[in-house]
Amino acid sequence: MAARPVIIYNDAVVKKFVIATMFWGVVAFLVGVYIASELAWPSLNLGLSFINFGRLRPVHTSAAIFAFGGSALLGTSFYVVQRTCRARLWGGEALADFVFWGYQFFIVMAALSYVMGFSQGQEYAEPEWHIDLWLTIVWVCYLLIFLGTILKREEPHIYVANWFYLAFIVTIAMLHIVNNAAVPISMYSAKSYTVYSGVQNALVQWWYGHNAVGFFLTAGFLGMMYYFIPKAAGRPIYSYRLSIVHFWAIIFLYIWAGPHHLLWTALPDWTQTLGMAFSIMLWMPSWGGMINGLMTLSGAWDKLRTDPGLRFSVTAVGFYGMSTFEGPVMSLREVNALSHYTDWGIGHVHSGALGWVAFITFGAMYYLVPALWGRKALYSTRLASWHYWIATMGIVLYIVSMWVAGIMEGLMWRAYDKFGFLQYSFVESVVAIHPFMIVRMLGGVCFLLGILIMVYNLIRTVTSPTTEQPRQGLAAVAPHLGLAGA
Amino acid sequence: MPTKVEKDSISGQDTTGHEWDGIKELDTPCPKWWLYTWYACIAYAIGMFVVYPSIPYGKGYFHGVTGYSQRKMVDADVGKLVAQRKGSMDKIAALSFEQIKADPNLLEVAMTSGRITFAENCQPCHGPGGGGNPGYPALAAGAWIWGGTLDDIQQTVTHGIRSADPDARQSAMPRFGADGTLKPAEIQAVADYVWATFYGHATTGKDVSAGAKIFAENCAACHGDAGLGNRDMGAPKLSSQVHLYGDAHDTIVNQVTLPRQGVMPNWGARLDPATIKAVTLYVHALGGGE
Repeated sequence: MAARPVIIYNDAVVKKFVIATMFWGVVAFLVGVYIASELAWPSLNLGLSFINFGRLRPVHTSAAIFAFGGSALLGTSFYVVQRTCRARLWGGEALADFVFWGYQFFIVMAALSYVMGFSQGQEYAEPEWHIDLWLTIVWVCYLLIFLGTILKREEPHIYVANWFYLAFIVTIAMLHIVNNAAVPISMYSAKSYTVYSGVQNALVQWWYGHNAVGFFLTAGFLGMMYYFIPKAAGRPIYSYRLSIVHFWAIIFLYIWAGPHHLLWTALPDWTQTLGMAFSIMLWMPSWGGMINGLMTLSGAWDKLRTDPGLRFSVTAVGFYGMSTFEGPVMSLREVNALSHYTDWGIGHVHSGALGWVAFITFGAMYYLVPALWGRKALYSTRLASWHYWIATMGIVLYIVSMWVAGIMEGLMWRAYDKFGFLQYSFVESVVAIHPFMIVRMLGGVCFLLGILIMVYNLIRTVTSPTTEQPRQGLAAVAPHLGLAGA
Repeated sequence: MPTKVEKDSISGQDTTGHEWDGIKELDTPCPKWWLYTWYACIAYAIGMFVVYPSIPYGKGYFHGVTGYSQRKMVDADVGKLVAQRKGSMDKIAALSFEQIKADPNLLEVAMTSGRITFAENCQPCHGPGGGGNPGYPALAAGAWIWGGTLDDIQQTVTHGIRSADPDARQSAMPRFGADGTLKPAEIQAVADYVWATFYGHATTGKDVSAGAKIFAENCAACHGDAGLGNRDMGAPKLSSQVHLYGDAHDTIVNQVTLPRQGVMPNWGARLDPATIKAVTLYVHALGGGE
C-alpha cells in the first residue's frame, strides 16, 4: 500500500465527550435508581418539590438520552467521521469546542429548569423555548462540522456509519424545531405554550417522540455500531447491500410510525392504522442492522472471549434485535390494548436504552479510552467482565419485572366481575406491582454498580503504569489514531 | 484511496473494494429469509390499509372494508356491560334502602358496585376503608358532620358539600382572625379552651376561663355549649376524638383564624342514582353508619 500522509485528527474534543459520557452515565443511572426507589417507596419524595418524581423523571430521561447518549453520539461521530473520511474536523478546534461546551450547557440548563419546575410538558421535549433555541444554535454548528468534514474527505465514498450519523443529525434538527414551535407568554418569561392544540399536539409530539427513538437512539447508535464492531472484530462488514437497503428503509419507514404511541385514543382510526402498518413494515429494516452487526462477527466469534468491549457491543446488537421486534408487536392494536399505559412500555424502553444504547456505548468507550489516551490495553479485562455480567443481570431484572408488572396491570385494568363491574380499582393494581417496583430498582442498582466499576477501570487505564505503551514513535504508540500510514 | 476487490477467505465473498480506516465491506446479497419476511410484512401492512380505516382524502377517509370503528367498539362494549348490570341496578334505583337490604342477592350486587365505585372515586381523598385524611372526614369513625344515616349519606354524595350543585350542603365558619373579629390573643385563648375542654388535653396551671367566655359568645351558637356540634348547620362536633384537620393546637388556631372550606364534589353529576345508592350502602357499612 502506498504511504499516505499523516493527518492529525482533533481528538481533544472526542476525549472531552468521552469524559462527559461517563459522567452523565453515572448521573443518569443514579437518578434512575432514585426515582425507581420513589416509585417503590413514595415517601422518598421527602416532601421536597425539587426531588419529587415529576421533576426528577425528566432529569433521568434527559440525562440518559441527551446527556449520556448524546455525548456518546457526538463524541464517537467526531472520532469516526475523521477516520473514515481521512479528514480533520471541519471548522477548527474552537467550533468543535463550542459544540462540546454548548451542548453541556444545554444539558445543565435543562436539568436545572426541570428541578425548578419548568417544563413544556412534552415527553423528551421538556426544555422551555429559550433552552430549545440555544440547542438549535449548537446543533446547527454540529451539523456544519460534520457536513464540512464529509465534504473535505479524502476517501472516495462515504462510509455507512456516516450515513447513519448524518441521518441522526439532520432528522433531530427537524424534529426539534417542529415539535418545539411554541409561543412564550412574554419575551421575559420562561413559560411558553405550543402552537399545536389538542390531538394535533399529541400527534406532532409522538411524531417527535418516536423519531427521537428512531433517529437519536437507533440511527445514531447504528452509526456507532458500524464502526466499532468491525474495528474490534477485525472483520469486514457482512453486507454492503444490506446496509444500503436497511438504511433507506429505516429512514423512510420510521418517520411514519409515531401514531402507534396514540392507539385507542382520540387520534382518528385511519391515523392509528398508518402508525401500526408502518411499524410492522419497520421490523425487518431494523433487523437489517442486527444482521449486519452479528454476521460481521463471523470468523471472529472467538474474540468475544478475550475482548469484553466487543462482548458489550454484540450483546447490544442482540438487545437491539429483541426490542425492535417487541416494538412492532406492541404497536399492534390488539397487543397495545393490553400494554398501553402499563409498565410494559417502561420495560420495552429500557431493554432498548440499557441493552442497546448503553451497551453499544460501553463497547465503544472500552475501545476508545485506550485508543485516545495511547494506552496499550484496558487496565483490567476482569473488571470489564464483572461490569458485563452485573449490568446484564441488571437488565434482565429490569425488563422481566416490568413485563410481569405491565401484563398484570393490563389484565387487572380490563377485568370485570360476574355482575359487570370493574374487578379491581386502579390503586389495587398499584399495590399488586409493588414487589416488581422493588425488583426493577434492584436491576437499576446493578446497572449503576456496573458503570461505577467501568469508571474506575477506565481511570486506571489512563493512569496506571501497567497500561503504558513503550515509547517508540508516534505510529507505534497509537496505530488506531490513523497515523499508521506514516 | 485505491483499493481493489478481494476475496474474503472466511466467507468466500468478494469485498466491494472500498476501505475506510481499515474497514472493508463484503458484497453479500441480502439474506433471502430477511427479504421474504419483509415482503410478507409489507403485504400484511397493505392488508391493514384495506381492512381498517386508512387513506385520508379531503375531509373524509377510506373507512376500510370491515367498517372498523373504535367509537362503535367502545359503545358496544360499554352497552354490553350496562345491559348486564341493568336488571339489578334498575331494582336498586327503584327500591328503598330497607328493601335492598332485605334482598341478599341484590345487596351483594349493591355492595360490589359500591366497593369499586368507592375505590375509584372516594378513596383518593377519604382513604382506603374510609379511614379519612387531614381535611377529608373519616367515614368509618362515625364522626359525621352532616349526618350518617343512609339518607344523609345519599344526600351528601349526590349534591356534595360547597359544590356547584344548588342543593349542595352549605356552611361557612366565619374568618374570625382574617376578618378581625377576634384578636390573635383571643384566638389563642379560645384555642386553649377548646384544646383543654373538648380535645381533652391537660393545660396545667393555665386559666382557660377567658377562652370559655369567647367560646360562649362566638362559637357556641353553632358548635354548642358542650361542643357537640350541629349537623343541621354542618358544625363539627368538637368533643369528638376525630378532628377533621388533626389534633394539634395549631390547627385550632389556624381554623379559627382563616377557616378552610373543604369542597366535596356533587357526584350526582357523574354517577347515576343507582350507583350512588350502592356506594351509600357501602359507605354506611364501613363502620360509621347510623
